[in-house]
Amino acid sequence: MFVFIIRRVLQTIPVLLGVSLVVFLIMQMVPGDPATLLAGEGATKETIESLRHELGLDRPILYQYVDYVLHAVQGDFGESLRSSRPVLDEIMVRLPITLELALASIFITVVLGMIAGIISATKQYSAADISIMIVALLGISLPSFWLGLMLIYFFSVNLHLFPVSGWGTFSHMILPAITLGAGGAAIVARMTRSSMLEVVRQDYIRTARAKGLKEYIIIYKHGLKNALIPVITVVGLQFGALLGGTVLTESVFAINGLGRLIVDAIRTRDLPMVQGGVLIASVIFVFMNLAVDVLYRYFNKRIDLN
Amino acid sequence: MNQDADKILEVKNLQTHFFTDEGTSKAVNGISFSLNKGETLGIVGESGSGKSITSLSLLRLIPSPPGKIAGGSILFKGEDLLTKSEKQMRSIRGNEISMIFQEPMTSLNPVYSAGEQIAEAIRLHQKLGKKEAWDKAVDMLRLVGIPSPEKRAKQEPHELSGGMRQRVMIAMALACHPEVLIADEPTTALDVTIQAQILELIKTLQKDFGTAVILITHDLGVVYETCDRVAVMYAGKIVEYTLAKEIFTNPKHPYTIGLLNSLPRLDMDQEELTTIPGTVPSPYNMPKGCSFAPRCPHAKGICEQAVPDLQAIGPSTEVSCWMFTPQWEKAYDAQEKVGI
Repeated sequence: MFVFIIRRVLQTIPVLLGVSLVVFLIMQMVPGDPATLLAGEGATKETIESLRHELGLDRPILYQYVDYVLHAVQGDFGESLRSSRPVLDEIMVRLPITLELALASIFITVVLGMIAGIISATKQYSAADISIMIVALLGISLPSFWLGLMLIYFFSVNLHLFPVSGWGTFSHMILPAITLGAGGAAIVARMTRSSMLEVVRQDYIRTARAKGLKEYIIIYKHGLKNALIPVITVVGLQFGALLGGTVLTESVFAINGLGRLIVDAIRTRDLPMVQGGVLIASVIFVFMNLAVDVLYRYFNKRIDLN
Repeated sequence: MNQDADKILEVKNLQTHFFTDEGTSKAVNGISFSLNKGETLGIVGESGSGKSITSLSLLRLIPSPPGKIAGGSILFKGEDLLTKSEKQMRSIRGNEISMIFQEPMTSLNPVYSAGEQIAEAIRLHQKLGKKEAWDKAVDMLRLVGIPSPEKRAKQEPHELSGGMRQRVMIAMALACHPEVLIADEPTTALDVTIQAQILELIKTLQKDFGTAVILITHDLGVVYETCDRVAVMYAGKIVEYTLAKEIFTNPKHPYTIGLLNSLPRLDMDQEELTTIPGTVPSPYNMPKGCSFAPRCPHAKGICEQAVPDLQAIGPSTEVSCWMFTPQWEKAYDAQEKVGI
């Protein structure tokens, strides 16, 4: 298991290099010149040129990239063009907020999704099953920004149960987490249901019954651990979607997280900030995938890295 | 033919039906047999004859819906299992009656170690602690002939061979010293060399533990070697119920004779193997009379009109066939025998 983890960690290096290259190139290709934007309207050509030189934007692209990577591995992502503060500092202020939001959402995705899926599977074709599947279908279909606005309208504006926007307390967390986690929970519920339905038809479940075990032990001990194997994959993939989703959710609820930071940076062509933000998000995503692989192997020891 | 006192299991007129969109399938259609302490009863028949459904019915493990035990009784030590609560059934399953399945590859849970799966049954029924149950599981593995059982107990099913997995299943089934062991084609999925070992193992353990065994198989050779008595099933019914050695020397039912004739024999010079013409009737569309009549070389009109009862024709033989009834001589030949 230890060798497996070490090997998987080493595998992340080329992935992250690839991500940094793609991010770097995309930012090179998008129209708009950071120096022009930074210099402001009415700036002379000379000012812009000198700014370009100062920022290193006049050097060859390859040189810029290598320079960027060498600094990045030391935790130096450069300075924000807008605030002139180190990119990493800015990100570190925002990152905990986004991580909190992501973890709260993943909690909703996993717990709600799995419980709903298990209920659905064990009571197949019952009223509970049908209602859960209808809600799950809605959960998958509704765009998160719309769901977020509706939740704000009903629970914050009309019922005054939760704050409309912002971040800081537990009650701030609830609506954004539901907004962000709903789609994932729906997918996990459907996946758990179908996986569970398949597992309960397996021969070893019959063996467990023939042993005289209680039904809930059969379901939760013998069924669930097998049924979870495909669900873990889905949860891992969901986490990626979730990180992307934070951008929208943070905008809807006016939360100053990493997602909003990146969006604002893109809007202002704050190159170092975009690169740093996307790279940090990628690192998180890659390590979440790593965690999923490790979990996957824990649940299914037949998996061999080779 | 048996002393009632020795009877551990008595099945009377058991009917297990499946209710599906295509109609009702009478997979087990009124069968009766009994099992004495320590004896081995073989149930033979081809695929779809209802053997496995019979065995699952005994433990009330028929998936419901669509299946349902529609009638009859299963007397275990004089008490009807069909009237027991689910909780009472759980204390019988794996404890007093246990079962080995056909597919050792898929019958063990892939995510738990062999030892844990055996120990689980021991903890449940014998109320032993974790450590004691584990030690007993290891002992059971040793008993079923698995080398270095301490190590094997910790391994998961995918690390064991097919023969070893079936040994694990046997260890699991016998861990609580059941009075009845149902073995549903325990050797079908195994290599021929392993088959003999597994059967030998079941026979030895049966003697040691005094367990009565119901051996479900489609292999008549296995019946001859291991069973005391045998019930031949066809289309959900028992057509012949007799001593295992009788069935080879003196088969009665035309279906049994057909089965025996289709076996390759070493002691005779056979040009080709005989087959039974036709196929098993669809469970949704059973013939009105004897279900074997459309394939039977002797069938007369009476066979297609009414189902013959299973009746004694000797001290230890029961047959369900019109040929052994007084009506047979009077019956006219079938006019419209199905084209065979």
